[in-house]
Amino acid sequence: MTNELGAILMLANRDFLKLLRDRTRLVAEIVFPVIFIGALGGSLQANLGASLGFNFIAFTFTGVFAMTLWQTTAMGIVSLIEDRENDFSQEIFVSPVSRYAIVFGKILGETLVAAPVAVVIVLFAMVLGIQMTLGQLLGLILAGLAVAFFGGAFGILILGNLRHQRTANQIFPFIILPQYFLAGIFNPIAVLPWYLEVLSRISPLRYAVDLIRGVFYAGGTDPAPAVLAPPEVNLAIMTAAFAVFMVVGTALFVRSERNR
Amino acid sequence: MKRVIEVESLVKRYHGAETDAVKGISFSVRQGEFFTLLGPNGAGKTTTISILTTTLSPTGGSARVAGFDCRTQQSEVRRRVGIIFQKRSLDQNLTAEENVRFHTVLYGMFPWRPAFRLMPKAYRERVGELAGILGIGAEMGKPVRTLSGGMQRKLEIVRSLMHRPLVLFLDEPTAGLDPQSRRNLWEYLRDSRERSGTTVFLTTHYIDEAEDCDHVCIINNGRIVAEGSPHDVKAALTAQYLLVDAHDRAGLREELRSRGVAFRETPLFRIELDGMSAHQVLRSIETPLTVVQTHAPSLEDEYLEIVGKVAE
Repeated sequence: MTNELGAILMLANRDFLKLLRDRTRLVAEIVFPVIFIGALGGSLQANLGASLGFNFIAFTFTGVFAMTLWQTTAMGIVSLIEDRENDFSQEIFVSPVSRYAIVFGKILGETLVAAPVAVVIVLFAMVLGIQMTLGQLLGLILAGLAVAFFGGAFGILILGNLRHQRTANQIFPFIILPQYFLAGIFNPIAVLPWYLEVLSRISPLRYAVDLIRGVFYAGGTDPAPAVLAPPEVNLAIMTAAFAVFMVVGTALFVRSERNR
Repeated sequence: MKRVIEVESLVKRYHGAETDAVKGISFSVRQGEFFTLLGPNGAGKTTTISILTTTLSPTGGSARVAGFDCRTQQSEVRRRVGIIFQKRSLDQNLTAEENVRFHTVLYGMFPWRPAFRLMPKAYRERVGELAGILGIGAEMGKPVRTLSGGMQRKLEIVRSLMHRPLVLFLDEPTAGLDPQSRRNLWEYLRDSRERSGTTVFLTTHYIDEAEDCDHVCIINNGRIVAEGSPHDVKAALTAQYLLVDAHDRAGLREELRSRGVAFRETPLFRIELDGMSAHQVLRSIETPLTVVQTHAPSLEDEYLEIVGKVAE
């Protein structure tokens, strides 16, 4: 068991070191969400917010916060394919560590990678005038962790079905981009036509975003028009989906590694 | 002595391939033995090693390491083996030492610590010792991507020797090494085998690397074509014989039979020398000969002939 714990920490350590040594990626990870919140949230707020009595900056901030954590871990997991293409995965997979420990270590590592980005997003939101109590901040940290783990499990499920980095790069936009809108990162989704409602409900990111909003608005003074379900409901759905994604994803991934 | 590897009728066909990469091979390796799987590129060596180290599923047959099935008892097998892969498998973003640390923590040898100086003393000493033997002590703190190919190979060797495996698999380990490092590696492996009794399973396409081993299997095109001690294999492969012929073939046949000389008609008369000298045999034949050829190939000649058959 100590062996597994050490392996998880070492795998996570490796991912974090990799981020620190890749300055371009570090900058890109941070700039992207800042543009979203600043440009999109700012413009929506300026044009619509005042007349509707709705704080679009807070809305976009919570959406982007959840999206960034979720997407960073999901896409980070796919770097396991990169390891396979660089022949490093054989070194990991020949070791006597359980496959779940490998996948979990990877998820933890990508969560660490997402953490500094999340910090920057929160600081940026504060600069834009979003006020947060200590309770809200704590809530965001805990819910953020859950979201990152959930993203990682989603990543492993996708990964189990892919063989090449190129396929992954081609497929990811199709899997992630629609979820931006179906999960309501920038757009309210309280009311949707039935077909979009169905698609929205099968988008994993929806529950992650809604959990963050639930936690954020619960502790603050802002009205909460955006929250769809109580945090405990979202958390329950995410926990169940996490378990399924992990088991199915790990099994698929291991099978695709060995059955060549 | 106990058998540590048992392979039976092992078959592997890759997805989408039309033929088997490994075609029902069987062999066994005894504990402490230095075993060599010798063959040209594409013969099925890496496929066999991948199955034995559980990173690849076999299509048919069975493979066991230390009594554990490579298909169903993977973690038991993994705990007991170490491997140097043919393709370089280092994390280019980490330093040399971090790659070694990664390995030892994954194998549960040492607890995880975020920095080298925080790692246990035993770890630091062993890294220092092995890196010294391979001559890369000064490179251990550098990022792997700044090291030359040969240096990276040495680093992989250091890494694989950190945990003392029951069976050490070496998949063409000397590819890309200079002669000096190659010699150091073999010397170190010999010493470490004597000290710890590690079984070494080597694949190579260099015939001279197979000469010092205890047991060699020559694999070609997915099949084992010769097996035994290097001496036996050499004897079998480099059989010396005479080819003779005469106008009076019936007379020659009769004479050879009457003198008790074993021969085959191929259609020339092939006489196995089996320790006799060609001169001795020729002197005893009275029938006038029209053809006399001696056949005494080197091991390398024979090996190249086997290898050449694939190319055709």
